[in-house]
Amino acid sequence: MTITLNQLSKTYEESAQPVLKEVSVQINDGEFFVIVGPSGCGKSTLLRMIAGLTSISDGKLTINGKLANQVPPKDRALSMVFQSYALFPFMTVAENVGFGLKSRKLPSSEINHRVDDALAMVNLSDLRDRKPKELSGGQRQRVALARAIASEAKICLMDEPLSNLDAQLRAKMRIELKQLQRNLGLTVIYVTHDQVEAMTMADRVMVLNDQRVQQIDTPINLYQRPNNAFVAQFFGTPQINLLKANVAERELVIDSALHLPMTKTQINNSKVLVGIRPADVRIQIGSRGANARVATVSYLGNQSVITAVLNDSQTIRIVADSQLQIAADDLIKIIGVEDFHIFDINSQKLIGSQKGDVSDARVAATEF
Amino acid sequence: MEMSRPNEPTINTTNIKSAKQLSQYALLLILTLLVLGPFLLGLWTSLMPTADISKGALWSKNISLDNYVTAIKTTPILRYLLNSLVISTVTMLFQVLLCSMSAYAFVFLKFKYRKQLFMLFLMTMMLPFEAEVIPNFSTVRSMGLLNHYAAMVIPFLTAAFGTFMLRQAFMQMPTELKEAADIEGLSHWQFYWHLALPYTKVTLMTLAAYSFLSSWNQYLWPMLTTFSDNFRPVQDGLRQLQGQESFNNWGMIQASAAIVVIPTLIILFVGQHYFKAGLNEGAVK
Repeated sequence: MTITLNQLSKTYEESAQPVLKEVSVQINDGEFFVIVGPSGCGKSTLLRMIAGLTSISDGKLTINGKLANQVPPKDRALSMVFQSYALFPFMTVAENVGFGLKSRKLPSSEINHRVDDALAMVNLSDLRDRKPKELSGGQRQRVALARAIASEAKICLMDEPLSNLDAQLRAKMRIELKQLQRNLGLTVIYVTHDQVEAMTMADRVMVLNDQRVQQIDTPINLYQRPNNAFVAQFFGTPQINLLKANVAERELVIDSALHLPMTKTQINNSKVLVGIRPADVRIQIGSRGANARVATVSYLGNQSVITAVLNDSQTIRIVADSQLQIAADDLIKIIGVEDFHIFDINSQKLIGSQKGDVSDARVAATEF
Repeated sequence: MEMSRPNEPTINTTNIKSAKQLSQYALLLILTLLVLGPFLLGLWTSLMPTADISKGALWSKNISLDNYVTAIKTTPILRYLLNSLVISTVTMLFQVLLCSMSAYAFVFLKFKYRKQLFMLFLMTMMLPFEAEVIPNFSTVRSMGLLNHYAAMVIPFLTAAFGTFMLRQAFMQMPTELKEAADIEGLSHWQFYWHLALPYTKVTLMTLAAYSFLSSWNQYLWPMLTTFSDNFRPVQDGLRQLQGQESFNNWGMIQASAAIVVIPTLIILFVGQHYFKAGLNEGAVK
C-alpha cells in the first residue's frame, strides 16, 4: 500500500490564496508517516485530500499505483480516526465499531468476529455495551481506534487523535498506537502539531509550514540535519538558539566576546544565523573571561535550563547539569559548542553544519 | 456572641430569599389557576346533568359519566375521533418523513441553486394558510377530492416549517460524523436512515407532536372540504353537534369536548418523556 503525492496543491474556491503548494512525497507500505506543523499550515487539509474528503486542486494522488484524485473516500480502502472521535452517540461501543462493516453488508459472523478482535486489541471488551457518553475521553478514543482496526483497511489516517487527552494518557497512547501499527502492519498517516508526538512515533516526518513542505526525513535527521531554521526551531526542547553572527575569516563573530571558529565551510554571506542546540553549549561559571550574564534558571530535576544574555544583548538558552550552582545575574563563560548549524539570514536555509569542539569558543574581550 | 455576629447578615438574606421565592410561587399558582380554571370547569361540568348546568349551578347531586355514555351512544363522536386520528396520523408520518428528506437534501447534498431554493421554501412559510385557502380549495375540487380524507391530508404532506426545523437539526450534527460515514462507505440513504434520523430524534419527536396537534386542531380547512360525518374530523364535528341539537344538551357537548381533548393530552404527556436533553452527548469529544 504505497501512497504517492505528486505536486499536490489546494486552493479553496472562495480565496485566491493557496493553502497547500506542491506537496510531493511517497509514503511506503507499513510506514508510520507523520505530518507535523504549526496550526494553519495545511496539514489537516493534506490529510483530508488523501482521505478524499477535500478535493484536490492540482497535482496527482496515487494509491497503490492507481490515480485516486477522483476516487470517492470509501473506495480508497482506508480508515480514519478523527480528533473528535466522531462516534455515534445512540449506538453502543460494539455497534459503533461494527457499523461500517454492517453497512458494507458483511456476514454477521464476520462482523462479530472483527468487532470482538478489534475491541480486545484496544482493551475495551468489557465496555462493549456502553454508550459513548458513559466512557472517558481515553476510552472514546479507543473506540474510534477499534473502528479503524475493524475496517481492516491497510491505510489508517489519523487527525490529531491524541490532542484531547491529558498528558499522561497521551504518552501511554503514543506507545500503544505505535505498537498497534507495527503489529497490524498498517500504513499510518498521522497529523499532529506536537513535535514530541512526531519525533517519538514516526518512521518519517513531513514538516509543513507556510503552505509548503519544509523537510521530509527521519526524526534523527530532522534533529541533526535540519534543512532550514524553521525545522531546527520546531524540534527539540528547549528550542535551538538562533544567533545572528558576522562572518569573518575562518570565524563566526556572534558578538565581540564570543567567536566560533569555522573549519571547512566556505561562506559567501557576510551575516548568518548560527543554530546551536541548548544542550550543546558548554559553560564555565565565574567572572574571569565571562561573556554572558545569567537571566533566569529553570530547575527541571536532572538538568537546568539557563537563559543568558550575551554581550550584544542576544539571548542564549543553555541546558546544564542541575548540580551546577548557578543563579540569576551570575556571570558565565561560554567555552565552546559541540555542534552548530549555519543558516542564511534571509532565506533561513541551511548553509552548513559543523562539528565543533567543547572548548573552541574564543573569547575576544572581557568587557563584563 | 462573637460567632453569631458574622452570621446575622446570612440569616437576613436567606429570609429575604425565601420570602421572594414564596411570592414567586404564589404568583405562579394564581396564574396556573387562571389558565387551568376554565379547563377544569369544563371537565367538571361534563360530569353534571344539563338541567343543573343551565341553572348555572357549580354543584350537582348527580355527578356521573352519563353525559359521556350519551355522547358515545347518540352522536357520531367516535366516528369523528377515528376520522381525526386517521388524518392526523397520516399527516404526521408524511410530514416527518418528507420534511426530513428535504431537509437532508438541503444540508448534505450539494447542488446548484441550493440556497435560492431554500429561500423559496422559506417564503412559502411566510404566507398565512388563510391566504392559500381559495387556490387550494379549487385545486382539491378539480382533483375531485372534496369530502374525502385525501382533501385533508394531501395539502399537508410536507411543510416548510418542518423542513426548516430539521435543516437546523441536521446542521448541528458534527461534520466529522458525515465524514466518518463517507469513509466507511455509507450511501446517502444509509446515512439518512441509520444516523441522521436517530441523531435528530428529539427534533423529529417535536415535529411529530407539532404536526399531529396542528392537524388535530384544524378547523377552517375541514369545514370547507367535508360535508358528511364519514370524513368530518373532531373539531368540526363538535361544532356540528352544537348546531344539530335543537335544545342544546350542554352536558353532552361538554363531555364530547373532553373526549376530543384527551388525545392531545396523551401526546403532550408521552412527548415530554422524549424532550429531555443530553441524548447526543458523547458523539464528539
